[in-house]
Amino acid sequence: MDKLDLARWQFAATSINHFFFVPVTIGLAFLTALLQTAWYRTTKPEYLRLTRFFGVLLVINVAVGVVTGLVQEFQFGMNWSAYSRLVGNIFGVPLAMEGLIAFFLESTFLGLWIFGWDKLPRGVHLATIWCVGAGTILSAMTILMAKSWMQHPVGYTMVRGKPQLNDIWAVMTNPVFLWGFTHVILDSIVTGCVVMLAVSAWQLRKGGASKEIFGRSARLSIGLLVPVLALDMFIGSELGVIEARYQPMKIAAAEAQWQTCQPCSFSLFQIGGGNNDHTPTQIIEVPHVLSILATNSWNGRVVGLTPLQNQYSAKYGPGNYVPNVFIQYWAMRGMAYVASLALLVGLWGLWLMRRKQVPTSRAFLWCATWMVIAPFLMNTAGWLLTESGRQPWAVQGIMLTKNGVSPSVTATDLWISVVGFGLIYTAIAVLDAVLMVRYGRRELTPAPALAAEDREAGEPARVPSVLY
Amino acid sequence: MTLAQFWFLLIAIVWTGFFVLEGFDLGVGMLHGVLGRDDAGRRTAINTIGPLWDGNEVWLVVAGAAMFAAFPGWYATMFSGFYLAVVLLLAALIARGISFEYRGKRDSPSWRSTFDGLLTGGSLLVPLLIGVALGDLLHGLPINASQEYTGSFWNLLQPYGLFTGITLVILCVVHGATFIALKTSDDLRATAGALSRRTAPAAAIVLIGWVIWTHAISGKGVLPNPVEVIAVLALFAAAWLVHDGREGWAFATTTAAMALTVLSIFSELYPRVMISSTSSAYNLTIRNTASPSYTLKVMTIVVAIFLPIVLAYTAWTYYVFRRRISVTDIKAHSGD
Repeated sequence: MDKLDLARWQFAATSINHFFFVPVTIGLAFLTALLQTAWYRTTKPEYLRLTRFFGVLLVINVAVGVVTGLVQEFQFGMNWSAYSRLVGNIFGVPLAMEGLIAFFLESTFLGLWIFGWDKLPRGVHLATIWCVGAGTILSAMTILMAKSWMQHPVGYTMVRGKPQLNDIWAVMTNPVFLWGFTHVILDSIVTGCVVMLAVSAWQLRKGGASKEIFGRSARLSIGLLVPVLALDMFIGSELGVIEARYQPMKIAAAEAQWQTCQPCSFSLFQIGGGNNDHTPTQIIEVPHVLSILATNSWNGRVVGLTPLQNQYSAKYGPGNYVPNVFIQYWAMRGMAYVASLALLVGLWGLWLMRRKQVPTSRAFLWCATWMVIAPFLMNTAGWLLTESGRQPWAVQGIMLTKNGVSPSVTATDLWISVVGFGLIYTAIAVLDAVLMVRYGRRELTPAPALAAEDREAGEPARVPSVLY
Repeated sequence: MTLAQFWFLLIAIVWTGFFVLEGFDLGVGMLHGVLGRDDAGRRTAINTIGPLWDGNEVWLVVAGAAMFAAFPGWYATMFSGFYLAVVLLLAALIARGISFEYRGKRDSPSWRSTFDGLLTGGSLLVPLLIGVALGDLLHGLPINASQEYTGSFWNLLQPYGLFTGITLVILCVVHGATFIALKTSDDLRATAGALSRRTAPAAAIVLIGWVIWTHAISGKGVLPNPVEVIAVLALFAAAWLVHDGREGWAFATTTAAMALTVLSIFSELYPRVMISSTSSAYNLTIRNTASPSYTLKVMTIVVAIFLPIVLAYTAWTYYVFRRRISVTDIKAHSGD
């Protein structure tokens, strides 16, 4: 493997790993805030117990998200110094904004939330968890602003062959960003719901004293999961239309469509395929579906990979401009099929909810527990679809990935860091998974005893704080 | 002052903020095993920074990201040049961050001592490595005409850089010990106070050495400037104030010593950002690494709006957690 391969492997591995934890954090922060709001408004102890229970899972997960995020922040300069030098004046801006606007908010208020139970008035303490949630969302917002600029660069002029920012508003209203950000936030809420549902389902299967209470969190997560996932799938397909406009290679590769078609059908599966097999066997072709997915019209035209390749070679000089077709084809289907499956399970849950059978349907609870894998598959596939589909560009039309690598870094350096981070990431991912499962299976802790002076004052509770 | 100069100043302030705030967290991380006699003692020490360390660490992220946006050339050369050192730094930060959250998650002595070890080691490595890096910026590294680092990992380990790292580690120790003395009661307060009192004069002597060495490499003569004198005197004052039981004032003096030391590194650098030992013509400077003015303007507006907000809620957080905590409290609480 050469330097480029190593640097790309490292980026892909660390980003995918980071993106296991981030959606869980965003989703669980939101759901925990909802539970605490329910407690604030009703003062029912079961909501407090659920808040504390899922809050622990949130905190376990945040720790890993934060430390893996550090690597992301520094990796651009370490492995991609030529890239950083060229586009830092644009790409760096949302990153700096992320630190200032999002990370401070998230970290500071997480500290206040964890340690502030007995120090802050109830309303203020509730506000702290909402600030944590806002911080996670702002962080996703700024990072997607940066990422979308790589997909569809806007708001710059070329000065002596270098892009220079000249319109920050254009960067902030980049259509790829607006749709992509919405997609990721909805997806994170879906992820949070699925995790909460899986934990609740496991607890319900086990039975035990807190069955009634986990019934509530199961219902909350099912009720939120179905509409949010449906909306998310719609937004995702709209994002596909937007990206097809600016990155036609991406969508053509997602269908392994080598020749231009109109109208275009969508194949459910294929045998063969990849960059060297231009005539894979398509299985079950659904007419018009690709036209709709790529252009929003019944008879839309999708330009094939071969004409696009010729067009790009003429424009940017000789080279191979086709992304990895195999990854594109299967990432898109992996994401869509798993999401559809999750939606079906969600609808099943809704139907059971109407009949008040969620806690008793063993089959559903079993499926809901194992569905915990679904969002991780979906998120990884979605990440591959969008980022691998950008290749061979680091910034579409401006810089090729191979030109972004650090000249001063040697292959040995890269091997050391790839192996080192590989080991560390594996260790913390295992640690996180073990602790999540362990704490997810714990008995619900009893409602904390109220401090005497609070009870006399008619205040519902000053809950003891959590400590390290 | 040009916008680029303003951003250099701001980045110097952010690094200073990092060392002032995360500095005591790092010190607490290094010392929690030494000062806490048993698990409850160690937990108490860790919980003095429990609600604070995560927010404090953001200063490091912001320093890196601000360099990325405002001085892409500096960010690119520094992070790719310090490659393996940055890998180590990230490993140390990961070990530390994980330890805080996971240490208490299992009630087993071997689990806890593992994370205690990671926390101590990580907390030691972070200021050491960053100190080496800052020292290297000032001392000079092999950098060619296209602003690329041309040395290897071993070029980073030069005596002056290492000594800058050691100086910052010792400052973090004093700062952290003083913080524990300020934030605890019982005998933890006494032990931490004693440690702070004993290490502060030693730190002052190390700092004098660092000042002399810095003057030697920059060829400015041996006479220290007022900023350096105040930093050294502040450390002696800290020892005396801790002895008097006035930990609040002592902490103010260690804060001053830390802040002035870090600021003086950047004031020595100015107007350069990385010195090339190959040729002074290849020095990275504010001018030849800065982003165009439009970018700097956008960033200035963002900072003007959000930095005051950040400072306000950070200050409020310190106010909320102003009370001392005691080992007895922690013991009473061990159910969670």
